[in-house]
Amino acid sequence: MKNPLDSIVGTIISGFVLTAILYVFIVNFLLKV
Amino acid sequence: MELILDRWFHIMAGIVWIGLLYYFNFVQAVALPKAKADNTAAGITKHVAPQALLWFRWAALVTWLTGAWYLERSGIGLGAAFMLKGSAATIGLGAWLGTIMLFNVWVLIWPNQKKVLGIVPADDATKAKSARIAFLASRTNTMLSIPMLFFMVTGSAAHGLPRLF
Repeated sequence: MKNPLDSIVGTIISGFVLTAILYVFIVNFLLKV
Repeated sequence: MELILDRWFHIMAGIVWIGLLYYFNFVQAVALPKAKADNTAAGITKHVAPQALLWFRWAALVTWLTGAWYLERSGIGLGAAFMLKGSAATIGLGAWLGTIMLFNVWVLIWPNQKKVLGIVPADDATKAKSARIAFLASRTNTMLSIPMLFFMVTGSAAHGLPRLF
């Protein structure tokens, strides 16, 4: 599998995906406590 | 007044840091192979890259220090932010991402770029390995900058602004 960080588009998409994952994490596990 | 000045410098330094990070990734990394192909890369590697890296690494440090100062002095609490406690969790997550990025700058990117650019001596195999490490660390920071900026600007509850979520 190709490393997404080898392309600019892959890097930006990875950044948005990571943002979504962290958003779900913080809303459901940190801010609800 | 102290916090306004601190936040002002934090954002200015952050623009220099992330602006240069995007320059490295979106401009220089694309232009350098083309410059190497027509033997004009020396202008970039000898003159542009070292100057850009100078501002890049020190702006990163100033951004982190002014951010840490703001967290502590604003009443949010440096400890509360890094422990992701309560309303400090959102800005704290941004602070964690920024801290990982600062680590990448000073521990992975700069020491390896020194070898790549010939600031410290290295053989060709070491240079190639260093170039790959610096490249991936830089791309990792570009990726991390996206959620980092999101959590910095949405850490609004900790700034006394309306909560976005």
